[in-house]
Amino acid sequence: MKHVAETKEVSGQSPNYLVAKFQDLVDWAVNSSRANSLWPMPFGTACCAIEFMATAASRFDFARFGMERQAFSPRQADVLICAGRLPFKLAPVIRRIYDQMPQPKWVISMGACASTGGVFDNYAMVQGIDTIVPVDVYVPGCPPRPEGLLYGILLLHKKIKGESLFDAVKRREEQPLDDKGLRLPPETIDEISEPFGNSVHQFRSS
Amino acid sequence: MFVARDRLLEAMTWLKETPGEEFDYLVDVTAVEFRDRERPLEVVYFLRSLTRRADIRIKVELSTSDELAVDSVYHLWRGADWLEREVFDMFGITFRGHPDLRRILMWETYAEGYPLRKSFPLRGRFSRAEQVRQALNVNPEANYSLEELSIAEAAGDLPDDMRDRLRRGERGVIPEPPQ
Amino acid sequence: MSKRTVELELATPGVDAQGRATRVPLTAAAEPGLAEEHMLVNIGPQHPATHGVLRLVVELDGETVVRCIPHLGYLHSGFEKLGEYRHYNQIIPLTDRTDYLSPMSNNVGFALAAETLMGIEITPRCTVLRVIACEMSRIISHMVWLGTTSIDLGAFTPFLWAFQERERIYDLQEMWTGARLTTSLTRVGGLMADIPDGFVEKLRHFTQTFPKTLAEIDGVLTRNAVWAGRTQGVGTLTAAEATNHSLSGPMLRASGVAYDVRKDKPYLGYETYDFDVVVGEHGDVFDRYLVRLEECHQSNRILQQALDRLPDGPINVDDPRVILPPKTRAMSDMEAMIFHFKQVMEGVKAPVGEAYVGIENPKGELGNYLVSDGTAKPVRWRIRPPSFINLSALPRMAEGHLLSDLIAINASVDIVMGEVDR
Repeated sequence: MKHVAETKEVSGQSPNYLVAKFQDLVDWAVNSSRANSLWPMPFGTACCAIEFMATAASRFDFARFGMERQAFSPRQADVLICAGRLPFKLAPVIRRIYDQMPQPKWVISMGACASTGGVFDNYAMVQGIDTIVPVDVYVPGCPPRPEGLLYGILLLHKKIKGESLFDAVKRREEQPLDDKGLRLPPETIDEISEPFGNSVHQFRSS
Repeated sequence: MFVARDRLLEAMTWLKETPGEEFDYLVDVTAVEFRDRERPLEVVYFLRSLTRRADIRIKVELSTSDELAVDSVYHLWRGADWLEREVFDMFGITFRGHPDLRRILMWETYAEGYPLRKSFPLRGRFSRAEQVRQALNVNPEANYSLEELSIAEAAGDLPDDMRDRLRRGERGVIPEPPQ
Repeated sequence: MSKRTVELELATPGVDAQGRATRVPLTAAAEPGLAEEHMLVNIGPQHPATHGVLRLVVELDGETVVRCIPHLGYLHSGFEKLGEYRHYNQIIPLTDRTDYLSPMSNNVGFALAAETLMGIEITPRCTVLRVIACEMSRIISHMVWLGTTSIDLGAFTPFLWAFQERERIYDLQEMWTGARLTTSLTRVGGLMADIPDGFVEKLRHFTQTFPKTLAEIDGVLTRNAVWAGRTQGVGTLTAAEATNHSLSGPMLRASGVAYDVRKDKPYLGYETYDFDVVVGEHGDVFDRYLVRLEECHQSNRILQQALDRLPDGPINVDDPRVILPPKTRAMSDMEAMIFHFKQVMEGVKAPVGEAYVGIENPKGELGNYLVSDGTAKPVRWRIRPPSFINLSALPRMAEGHLLSDLIAINASVDIVMGEVDR
């Protein structure tokens, strides 16, 4: 019995116990199957896509982790791997691709640019794809080494194995907040898109 | 080498077609705006003669108070097509006689202005949330109808109502360039 | 068992014009007007065969391309704007990310432009090391091109072979710079580091074994009927057209124009190396493939010559205004520390002026045009992007070909969207 969720009531007398046992068994079976046969949808834009290709090629070979089939159509994909920077012009595209993917779906943000905008703190670049789509795993690096990406994929496996099929809240289709299509409130987007680290020395108007 | 704006096309034609000059290859077209706001913008042409292995750099000065427009060299070198569109997109310099002068890198309803102008802030004019909102509201399938495609070739011949419809339609409002 | 013939009526219940029930035969009737109508197909921006985020809107007559309209800008990252806010040495990490298939030669191109602007003469060892960097880049860039193009045209094996070779160069790059892909190798006036021990032997081993892989790829593809059938006579450009469209690099040379910046406007002492400019004959996709394959051999030759002549000596110019002092001196010597501080905080200042340096990148002529007003940040940093200009000939090349040929033609341009959109 590996994944007994802590919030559930586990007691020897109650019939809930059997239900919980059964649910855990189903969760374990489903999650293991899901985690070990992920179909990635490579949304490769820039440099990270080259490292993604290197990860798929002979030396690193992520087919070892059940990702043999790369789905180039979002309708047959489980994981959206956003490899590379995401300009504003591409924002509606990734949003649409994400919307087209069937549930359950996960997103890996590969690289500094996809996660935070990276060195491109300028007029053209989305400052982190989490302002557009929800992200499950961030892989840092510019670009991340293939080992880094593999580690991110394994982290995603771990996350998937911790999910529950009977938790209806988790796998709900995300609706935009308002008719403007934003998934976060504007203040939050402004806040997480603020310059950070070294770039705070550069003023917005400079 | 500086050339007066009005005589650019003449000079370019001479450079390309005169025996002994034969600059048959256009390396690059770009523009420069200086930090000194008083200085005029420069449109820079890099020409090369493949037969003579010689290079030349031609510049045209455009005063910022004046209309930012030069003649297009598209009909001399086809390579100028996208290069001039890029300069238009980034600086807002109009190339007269270019057959298809649309924005090339930014989307067509991009409303913030011309990014490489010095008056344009590095992070854009709008707040990040506004930028995200505008970007998400762009239809990724814009420019995807036969009418849209034929605009470039036949913009002048389109009936007024169709042009209006396209203006109102999925491409949104075509923004006025900021002053 | 006797055989029977059953006649199946291919029909479905329906109504006729008067509304009575009838059987409607299920035969494929030509729809009226279909022949005259053109169809629009959208390819990209997220499509594995567009090599990134290029978007093509194709107008088709049957399966023939009538018009192909590329839409760019899906990877526009504002490099040139960003460059106006960075010191010269801070721009070098940006150059990695323009053409990320050959980062080292981008570094070299920018550094050469900045040095021309400042009038800096680099050391002999640095010159040879930069040649090595450029040619290594050319090999890995052509390898990616070969791998992805062969996938587009239905051959998966060369992709794996090409990426094996790439991994070997990645190892070398990692040895030298610490990074696999984004190397940031050069500095204005020198290099970030000298090559480590064992690098020369490892690179020499690479140059000895690399032709074997090329021969294997050659054996699999060049006389392959499928490969030849899909590439020969496709996307042809004559020499005059190629010149008029401002193509450069292998695209120009495949059309029969023998222009190579390394030979015709030599930089880094390329005129002293013995190599051939590879020129094609027909200007089709097949010739572009042959040109790139042969260029790998030539790069290999240059690498061997460069390794043979690699001189000893410093890699950086001896000028404390340009090059950072060694860390140990900066920590102990007052003067060195001041230089260190001024360079890091203020950057290297360039005189008023402008410089354009074109180098022969794997994709074509990469130009860096710098305009300076005397401060530490350029007024204008313009990249002449070879694949952007090469791609602008795509509508011309694709006209009249089949849709499947469009994929081959697009692959043959060897675009990298980071550079096309910048």
